[in-house]
Amino acid sequence: MGAIRVLIVDDHRLFRSGVRAELGDAVEVVGEAEDVESAVRTIAELQPDVVLLDVHMPGGGGQEVLRRVLGSGSQVRFLALSVSDAAEDVIGVIRGGARGYVTKTISGRELTDAIRRVAEGDAVFSPRLAGFVLDAFASSEAPAIDPELDSLTQREREVLRLIARGYAYKEIAKELFISVKTVETHVSSVLRKLQLSNRHELSRWATARRLV
Amino acid sequence: MADRKTSRGPAADTTSPQAQDAPGTGQSTARGTAQGAVPAAAAGQGEPGFPRLVRPVEGRLVAGVAQGAAAQLGLDPVVLRLAFVLLTVLDGIGAVAYAALWMFTSRVPYEGREPARDWSQVTAYGAIGLSLLALGWLTGASTGGIGAWPIALGGIGSLILWQQADPDRRQRWMDSTVGQTRKNRVRTFAGLVLVVIGAIGFLAANNELGKARPGIVFTLVVVGGVALIAAPWLAGLWKELQRERRERIRQEERAEFAAHVHDSVLHTLTLIQRNAHDSREVARLARSQERELRNWLYQPQQDADASVAAAVRRVAAEEEDSHGVPIEVVCVGDCPLTPELSAMVQAARQAMVNAAKYSGSPVVSVYAEVEPGEVTVFVRDRGVGFDMSEVPEDRLGIRQSIIGRMERNGGGARVRTEPGEGTEVMLTMKIESS
Repeated sequence: MGAIRVLIVDDHRLFRSGVRAELGDAVEVVGEAEDVESAVRTIAELQPDVVLLDVHMPGGGGQEVLRRVLGSGSQVRFLALSVSDAAEDVIGVIRGGARGYVTKTISGRELTDAIRRVAEGDAVFSPRLAGFVLDAFASSEAPAIDPELDSLTQREREVLRLIARGYAYKEIAKELFISVKTVETHVSSVLRKLQLSNRHELSRWATARRLV
Repeated sequence: MADRKTSRGPAADTTSPQAQDAPGTGQSTARGTAQGAVPAAAAGQGEPGFPRLVRPVEGRLVAGVAQGAAAQLGLDPVVLRLAFVLLTVLDGIGAVAYAALWMFTSRVPYEGREPARDWSQVTAYGAIGLSLLALGWLTGASTGGIGAWPIALGGIGSLILWQQADPDRRQRWMDSTVGQTRKNRVRTFAGLVLVVIGAIGFLAANNELGKARPGIVFTLVVVGGVALIAAPWLAGLWKELQRERRERIRQEERAEFAAHVHDSVLHTLTLIQRNAHDSREVARLARSQERELRNWLYQPQQDADASVAAAVRRVAAEEEDSHGVPIEVVCVGDCPLTPELSAMVQAARQAMVNAAKYSGSPVVSVYAEVEPGEVTVFVRDRGVGFDMSEVPEDRLGIRQSIIGRMERNGGGARVRTEPGEGTEVMLTMKIESS
């Protein structure tokens, strides 16, 4: 397998070149896009492995890109990259289909790791996203409609808690005496629940709480 | 009772200074008594201002009824006093109403010697009353007569009911009659129906319905015509009004935003330029400005003295500023801050200080979780770590400020560290689950 092909979608030119420089040779940056229209076009054209997607952009933002690209049946994987910490943005892009969410303050090495993980089909949770998910699933007092999708298992909760505490996947695996692969499986399963759970609370919680 | 008085509505702002004094004293005493019960007072603040009718002591002329009622209605007390005098001249209704309100309203608690009444004003009102009485008697102008009594009694009755109801219920009454726009239409319609019925009834009672019918029909035709002509114009006017209102709101928002950017962001940018040679200081300034802006954009206004999450965030922000090491905070759940939890936040602060000062870690992670029955805080760094057994007994940071403090307050602390492996401090505290 060759280098992972990455497309950077962000409306700030300075930021795009900054990310390009940080990523270096670890991945292959195949292109850039600066708004929803050009992003949709470039993704269709270049078929990158991973799209680094900004949440706030002219023309509907990252969620609009997700809707149009994933709606057309594309298998491209998205990693949301944003300065925003608003719960509705974070939960919004994840529910829109992104496989991870990291903030723009992330270091180059961590970003490369996250891209690789997303390219392999796993999920990437920042500590903050893990906190949001714990909060969102904990705040439910209404009985779950679909118990499988609407609640987290004890193990998933433990994994999320460790992510929120700042542990890397490797450290989590060591802490819980499980393999890194198992940690990834748990996180992916949480992502699936987050995306598929049709509990209204999840979105409502995100807009209502506006927690950082 | 006390907390209700703090929730005075804007209605009271238009009263005369004299009338404003009295609620002011009521407020200060209320605050004094309500200090222990902060949540109750806070809950009272949210409720729109329809306070119970009370009789203030300061500035009263007889018993304070007129003044209290004036504050309630947002009128000048002079108007109400004149109204009472006038109604007293008319068959004594005013005196009866005054007496009834006197009996049924409670007095504002007043500490210290009660202020004396302004007897010259009392005399003036008395003189006005007497002269009105004399005028009515001399000119033989008709008084209300027996027929006015039921109306007066009904009015007094509803006033008493109104002021005896508790504020919540009164608010519901207000909401259901005047509060909501949708109901406004229903109200207008009902009002029109009542007016029409009343007019027809009046005419019928006077046997003039037959005569009036053509007149009514023509009136309706004219009104309909005018409505048709005026409707587009009125609609345009309404739209214009709405547009202006939106525009004004937008401008206010823009002004607030500009003010904020000016006070914070521009100020920081200036500081950064001035400190351009000091990269550490520049990073610190940028980071603290970023945090501040984030809070402003994404976070509801929180009182750092009120909740655990807000207190942890504030402490982390302060330590981040003083040590220049980013402290990432993630909070799950929240609960009110008790003295024990305050101690816990202080212990967490000490852990953050240690991590920022000695670990050499580029970033410190703080995770606070409030669960039913327990609060947990983790402070973690990936720095040099240390050997717990080699920490000298007299090092107060960990033993006293973290572990000792937690134990004194009924909580627990654990420190996990190894040389080269970073450090994690875990704090736990049981809380009463609500």
